[in-house]
Amino acid sequence: MFSLRDKKLAREIVTKIKKLDVNLKFMHVCGTHQDTLVKHGLDVLLKECGIEIGQGPGCPVCVTTQREIEEMLLLAQKGKTVATFGDMINVPGETQSLQNMRTEGYDVRTVYGIEDAVSIAEKNKNKDVVFMAVGFETTAPSTASVLLKKPPSNFSILCCHRTIPHVLKALLDMGEIKIDGLIEPGHVSTIIGAKPYKFISEKYNVPQVITGFEPIDILMAVWMLVKQIRNGKAYVQNEYARAVKEEGNIKAQRAIDEVFEPGDIRWRGFPVIPQSGLMLKSKFEKYDARNKFADDLDELRDKEIKEPKGCRCGELLRGLLSPQECPLFGVKCTPDNPIGPCMVSIEGSCNIEYRYSDNYKK
Amino acid sequence: MCLAIPGKIVEIDNKKESATIDYGDGTKRKANVTLVDVEIGDYILVHAGFAIEKLDEKEAQETLDLFREMLSAGEEN
Repeated sequence: MFSLRDKKLAREIVTKIKKLDVNLKFMHVCGTHQDTLVKHGLDVLLKECGIEIGQGPGCPVCVTTQREIEEMLLLAQKGKTVATFGDMINVPGETQSLQNMRTEGYDVRTVYGIEDAVSIAEKNKNKDVVFMAVGFETTAPSTASVLLKKPPSNFSILCCHRTIPHVLKALLDMGEIKIDGLIEPGHVSTIIGAKPYKFISEKYNVPQVITGFEPIDILMAVWMLVKQIRNGKAYVQNEYARAVKEEGNIKAQRAIDEVFEPGDIRWRGFPVIPQSGLMLKSKFEKYDARNKFADDLDELRDKEIKEPKGCRCGELLRGLLSPQECPLFGVKCTPDNPIGPCMVSIEGSCNIEYRYSDNYKK
Repeated sequence: MCLAIPGKIVEIDNKKESATIDYGDGTKRKANVTLVDVEIGDYILVHAGFAIEKLDEKEAQETLDLFREMLSAGEEN
């Protein structure tokens, strides 16, 4: 439908950027952006132009905490049917993953979306079906939409939804790394629009571009960021106008607002980030697995849950480290034998680096 | 996770809740379209079984034109 892989145009943009002779560090927060960057070698190309782009906390599976994974494992162990997206089941817990539990005979299902999990509940009325609802603003409307349609009473969710603008604020407040510009996630933005990012440019003087996922989209976003910087500006631009409206998807926003309220939540690698979680409103508590199965989950309440030994996913998610700088990368930690979630998820920067890097190809 | 796949609506139910999406490679799947206002023939982005937004072909062309314009305008812009 759209010709956004035009090599001539790509070369033209890169030549223009190179001429500007800059030394800048940008961050994006999306596994699909990272995939485009690494798959097409744009990361290397842009580095030669003086621009480094890193993936921050933009992989829902990766930022899900070890505690949330343990909660899901415990629910499976207590006999619930647990359903989640493909990547999630391979994330290692303290002693095992959901995948391991499945091979041991526990009822663990992989689903494409929340509606598949509801179907499982409808077909198995004698079972408690728990869906692990991970994901950013892109995914939260599907959860909200399903809960608004009154799913069966044997269905519930382990709510792990998080929102992007507040984690960006947290990163900038922590000040551990230099961020000259932000490439904002196109599909999160289809839902929230441009407005929720504006305070970041205003408060921290950081330019932002909402960006699509083709190589030209990313190169163009880089060009737009560089231009803002050169002109001494910092505001939100929308490169992905074919899918993102200024106001976002109002219907989806309404669904989110009806079902969730913002709350404080921990992200892997981060402390508790105020207002960065989507918590179920009290009128939906009958679908809240943490409420419904509080007794089952009680043994986790005071338990200290450790990160996997040697795993540096936390630092990676804060942009302090690249995959190849982790001593475990490609040696002890591979997609077949992952130690941390960034190697498990196809949206994780370690998995992406491993898949496309010639040095580590199997 | 936030991966969304573009596809074309080829069928839609009367209540406009569910649609059949053609992904162009012979793959057709149902998607929930309650979060968007769409008609048969529209292109949409589908994420985890839900259409999250309509794609605007005119806007796409304009974006490409704008890119070319920005680039040709040189460094002063």
